Amino acid sequence: MTETASREGLPTPTRPAAPPGSGLFRRVRNHGVSLAIGVLLLFNLLFTPNFATVGNLRLQLVQVVPIAIVALGMALVVATEGIDLSVGSVMAVAAAIIPLYLGYGPWLAVAVGLVAGAVVGALNGSLVAFCGVQPIIATLGVLVAGRAAALVLADGRLVEIFDPTLQTLGNGSVLGVPVTLVILAVLATLVVVTVRWSVVGRRLVAIGGNRAAARLAGLPVRRTLLTVYVLSGVLAALAGVLNTARLGASDPSFVGLLIELSAITAVVVGGTPLSGGRIRVIGTLLGALLMQLIAATVIQHDLPDSLARMIQAGIIVVAVYVQRDRGGA
Amino acid sequence: MTTVRTGRPPVTGAGLASLARRAGAPLVLALVLVIGAVAFGEGFAGPQNIRNVALDSSYLVLIAVGMTFVVISGGIDLSVGSVFALAGVLAAVGAQWGSLPAVALPLLVCGLIGLLNGVLIGRARIAPFIVTLATLLFARGLAFAASQEGNKVYLIPGDLTLTRIGQARTLGVSTPVLVAVGVFAVALVVLNRTRFGQAVYAIGGSPESAELMGLPVARVRVSVYVLSALLAAVAGILVAAQTSSGLPTIGEGRELEAIAAVVIGGTLLSGGIGTLTGTLAGALLLKVIQNLINQVGTLSSYYQQVVSGVFLLLVVLIQTGLSRRGRVDEEVP
Repeated sequence: MTETASREGLPTPTRPAAPPGSGLFRRVRNHGVSLAIGVLLLFNLLFTPNFATVGNLRLQLVQVVPIAIVALGMALVVATEGIDLSVGSVMAVAAAIIPLYLGYGPWLAVAVGLVAGAVVGALNGSLVAFCGVQPIIATLGVLVAGRAAALVLADGRLVEIFDPTLQTLGNGSVLGVPVTLVILAVLATLVVVTVRWSVVGRRLVAIGGNRAAARLAGLPVRRTLLTVYVLSGVLAALAGVLNTARLGASDPSFVGLLIELSAITAVVVGGTPLSGGRIRVIGTLLGALLMQLIAATVIQHDLPDSLARMIQAGIIVVAVYVQRDRGGA
Repeated sequence: MTTVRTGRPPVTGAGLASLARRAGAPLVLALVLVIGAVAFGEGFAGPQNIRNVALDSSYLVLIAVGMTFVVISGGIDLSVGSVFALAGVLAAVGAQWGSLPAVALPLLVCGLIGLLNGVLIGRARIAPFIVTLATLLFARGLAFAASQEGNKVYLIPGDLTLTRIGQARTLGVSTPVLVAVGVFAVALVVLNRTRFGQAVYAIGGSPESAELMGLPVARVRVSVYVLSALLAAVAGILVAAQTSSGLPTIGEGRELEAIAAVVIGGTLLSGGIGTLTGTLAGALLLKVIQNLINQVGTLSSYYQQVVSGVFLLLVVLIQTGLSRRGRVDEEVP
């Protein structure tokens, strides 16, 4: 009985087989996120003044970068039937480290931040892979301890950062495209390549699909799990670094707060089931974009923030419900 | 290779493991209490401090009791922190018309949220993590909407029956503590001595077998989420009565604290195994350790969080290690 965490998702004896579904329904089911984004874009183009300006579209894309990067790592973890609640705290740790090492040069500071992310990821991964602790509990402990450790490092203070290199990293452009967006595009490409064509990518999906079978087939289950959590940690740390660079300030109390929920939402809405064994990288990016668009629509129409939360809640449930018969979700 | 788990942990060849799971948290709690009493004397073991810890723990115990039912049934409820805040806000809103609406309004609304959780999980079969993540957002949104985006704080009049009962002390014990003890006692009987309680264990152990045995799986699932939401609501109402106000910002992270209490108490997140006494000890342990760190005084509250997180990891590591050694029937990857 190794697949305990997914038991909720397993079909029970009385449950009918997945309905064949009409062509239209299947299409909606497979492209629900794109459809929702399309509807929101159309609504905004028609009813939101100044929505279709280059400046605004650019802002929307720049704002989605941190969540999208974290969600990429989360998608890898979720594909192995795991979950990583510690990503927000990892962002805080990376952000807290930047000002401490800035004296040795910006790149070293960034490197130390990323290494810290890898270390925290390795801790998560070891707990899950070698000690057999359930991912949600292991990463919950790290979530609690990690943010506090970041606050200890920074002495609980917000530190302003004036560094031209970090300034360029956070707010610069290459041929008119924001640097952060370029980084996201490169990372997304790497993850797609990893998942589609690399050995590790095939292994992590196999482990998520059926861990016992993966082990019996001789796959290095533990090493792969460790790798996945380290990747998630590094990506989260990078998101923390970029966030700090963009704001020009390291704020470990608030950076990445509750981002684990947004990232999980993006992953799940994008079509990666929590029960593992499948990963949709582009879907994850679209899921992150959808959440950003909802927030932007609500803000630009001066609707209350509480409404944004309730709309997001509705969209999560609907998105998962329509996808649930697609095998496993 | 499906292992059917029964309500009791397997005994064969698992003496140490089952002992650790059943009595681990209470034993550690006793140890911590003794150390605290020796190290800090009156400041820790004095009546004033005990009263503070008991009051502080009572809300967590209420929420964690509901969470225990949910987790034993094989689910999880992330929405309790938000429901807790929503109940407080609604109690303060309802208090403008009197004590009865102040209690009835939050119980009704939060009960409906629990019902929504239960129906989506039990009937529509969506993963509990996702459903309750959505209601976490929804309930928090509702709490903010009810208090005009947090700009208006409804105060509960001091002369209301609710406030008087909520802030009263009976024989030196505050009302929230009494309520928590009462709820715990009733829950203990329900989980261990009723058909419903046994069904919760059976469903968590193996939903397939429970279904084949003819247990009303969907109905029991719905019930545990309603129960969890109602207990979170009771905790929220009690906090509102204690503080004479309803704040939409409270309770963030409460769900994680409650899950931690349940897990430290030896309940397995995979369902089917767990005890309420363990949960009680787990919740008290979390609060007592926080209190001890406060007693040290020189440590910042950040260190308190570091210790809480590390402590949670240690407990879970030890439990996982022990139960892995003890349970030969379960394959651990």
